[in-house]
Amino acid sequence: MDIVLQQLVNGLTLGSVYGLIAIGYTMVYGIIGMINFAHGDVYMVSAYITAIVVALLSFFGIESFPIIIIGTLFITIAVTGAYGWAIEQIAYRPLRNSGRLSALISAIGMSLILQNYVQISQGARQQGIPTMLTGAVRFDVGDGFVQITYMKLVILLVAFLGMGTLTYIIQRTKLGRMCRATQQDRKMASILGINTDRVISIVFVIGASMAALAGVLITLDYGAFDFYVGFIIGIKAFTAAVLGGIGSLPGAMLGGIILGVSESLFAGLISSDYKDVFSFSLLVIILIFRPSGLLGKPEVEKV
Amino acid sequence: MNATIDYKKSTIDAVIAGLMALVLFGPVVGVVLQGYGFTTEFDRVAWMVAVVAIGRFAISSFLQSNKGKEILFKHSSGDDTGVVVKSPDYKSNMVWIIPVVILIGLMVPFIASKYVLTVIILGLIYVLLGLGLNIVVGLAGLLDLGFVGFYAIGAYGLALGYEYLGLGFWSMLPIAAILAAIAGAILGFPVLRMHGDYLAIVTLGFGEIIRLILNNWSAVTHGPNGVSAPLPQLFGLEFKRRSRDGTPFHEFFNLDYNSGFKYMFVYLILFIVVLLVLHVKQRLVKMPIGRAWEALREDEIACRSLGLNHVLVKLSAFMMGASVAGIAGVFFATYQGFVNPSSFTFMESALILAIVVLGGMGSTLGVVIAAFFLTVAPELLREFAEYRVLMFGILMVVMMIWKPRGLVRVTRTGFATRKGVLK
Repeated sequence: MDIVLQQLVNGLTLGSVYGLIAIGYTMVYGIIGMINFAHGDVYMVSAYITAIVVALLSFFGIESFPIIIIGTLFITIAVTGAYGWAIEQIAYRPLRNSGRLSALISAIGMSLILQNYVQISQGARQQGIPTMLTGAVRFDVGDGFVQITYMKLVILLVAFLGMGTLTYIIQRTKLGRMCRATQQDRKMASILGINTDRVISIVFVIGASMAALAGVLITLDYGAFDFYVGFIIGIKAFTAAVLGGIGSLPGAMLGGIILGVSESLFAGLISSDYKDVFSFSLLVIILIFRPSGLLGKPEVEKV
Repeated sequence: MNATIDYKKSTIDAVIAGLMALVLFGPVVGVVLQGYGFTTEFDRVAWMVAVVAIGRFAISSFLQSNKGKEILFKHSSGDDTGVVVKSPDYKSNMVWIIPVVILIGLMVPFIASKYVLTVIILGLIYVLLGLGLNIVVGLAGLLDLGFVGFYAIGAYGLALGYEYLGLGFWSMLPIAAILAAIAGAILGFPVLRMHGDYLAIVTLGFGEIIRLILNNWSAVTHGPNGVSAPLPQLFGLEFKRRSRDGTPFHEFFNLDYNSGFKYMFVYLILFIVVLLVLHVKQRLVKMPIGRAWEALREDEIACRSLGLNHVLVKLSAFMMGASVAGIAGVFFATYQGFVNPSSFTFMESALILAIVVLGGMGSTLGVVIAAFFLTVAPELLREFAEYRVLMFGILMVVMMIWKPRGLVRVTRTGFATRKGVLK
């Protein structure tokens, strides 16, 4: 019983992070209909930036955790957002009018570039940052206990704040209205005076910022990372996006949480060796039986 | 069209690009993590920013010139006809080259040194993989990112088939092709009904599942330690120094033992198989099924309206590609004498995709050249080994922007009714 509850808690934090990354996939897919294959590697870059900012801050003698986390969040989001913008400019914009296959191959190329670029500039070895926030709350359950570290609480809080802010931006602001209009009909939106190229750029920046949020949270909690972490977590976040219905913002968050919880339960109760196999199989199964996901609309192909 | 170059605009572009490069490269390139501390490498950042700014200035100025405007116009007008169709009575005057290439190919093992031969064998294995993936991606337009999974099925099929069932190279060659094709059918059938992008991700997941199972199911696959694979035999003659049962090859023919014999033999079989696959592919393209693949790639909705069963057509391409990969896997296992899961990562799939992209979608000649280029070049340029993946990535992006159909143009002989048959 306590194992199940513990894995539920772990899965909830993991899932909220998957959800954050899945937002990047789902928004880009919704607006230009392509899978941003390099998104997982944007997350990876943000993990490196997090560690670099933490190292710089401690070099300047800043020790208090709230300042570190807020400073890291701001700088990492800004720099990673710039990465998202640059990737779109270099690898996707020139291919706006080409086929989907070209765009996808270009995205795979971008993903390889990012991995190798970080590997060359930072070295191939695993990197890490020191644990900064220790301590946990414990609940007694039956004859065992469930433990929630403070860092996990911070993750949940920040992740839900991030998702809430994004939902507000998309639903209530003028920018969000422009995004939604472009998503529904790009040509019509541009006729009505929306600079759709700029909206697409902004969507990439938003996606990268959400990945950066996830990168900061996971790196501060888990500590270790290398240049290859983006690949697995990228596929899982994509699974989450598909699970919730690709193109749907609440779907991405819901899908992330469902995937995180079910993966944690699988790892805790059945086998942790095969938890990645479980997630990938889940992806294959959803795509076969319900390709439009939980909250997505079925896609209609038009001439 | 007489353009004056506005250098002020170019300078502004260059400054913005330089600032952007500073933000991007500053932290990641300039600050190198060392444990929990860091070292700084600001000279690298300065170099990169300078290169980006100067490059941006050059590009911006060039695109304002007449030549640049022409290129921009060409790019935006989508001047990209798929296949060059030649007239029906076109006869190539390069026909003599095929027997020459075959002759040279057959002579290679007797001339080349052992090291060169091993590199060429690896090149040929990638030619096989490239041809297989080219059927799937190039002809049928299905992006398969888990191609390495079928390759792994072939390789592990030989290794495990030998260990558990005592099957040798010759029996596994067709069985691996069939096994890989069946795996392709099981995976492909439900997925091929859906949108192309989803196929890419599902196949990616499939490739990873195969690798993870090979890695984790230690009881059967020996996990990361790998399995040894047998060498091929020539009518029961083994290519070892000593044979447990029967005579080794060199004793039978009264030759001195030479460890290069087995590579020569593997090379010759592989060369013949590559020729066969090339021939089959060449014929398939001209057959209705091959034409259906290409038609589906160009316009799926039109094909379905014309009554093509798109799932079956795609499935046939998918299975064909998978079986070629299975065969390539058998050769890889016997060539290495050993297989382990680390040979079948996503990077391998990306490499094969890079071969197809560089060579040209659907082009046979291009894929052969690209496969050799991408496998032999890293052998020659060992000191640039760490930049290899970066090069692949840049290659993919640049090729997609500049020449999405690949370097070698696909040509096809046109068809016409024979005189006096119709009308």
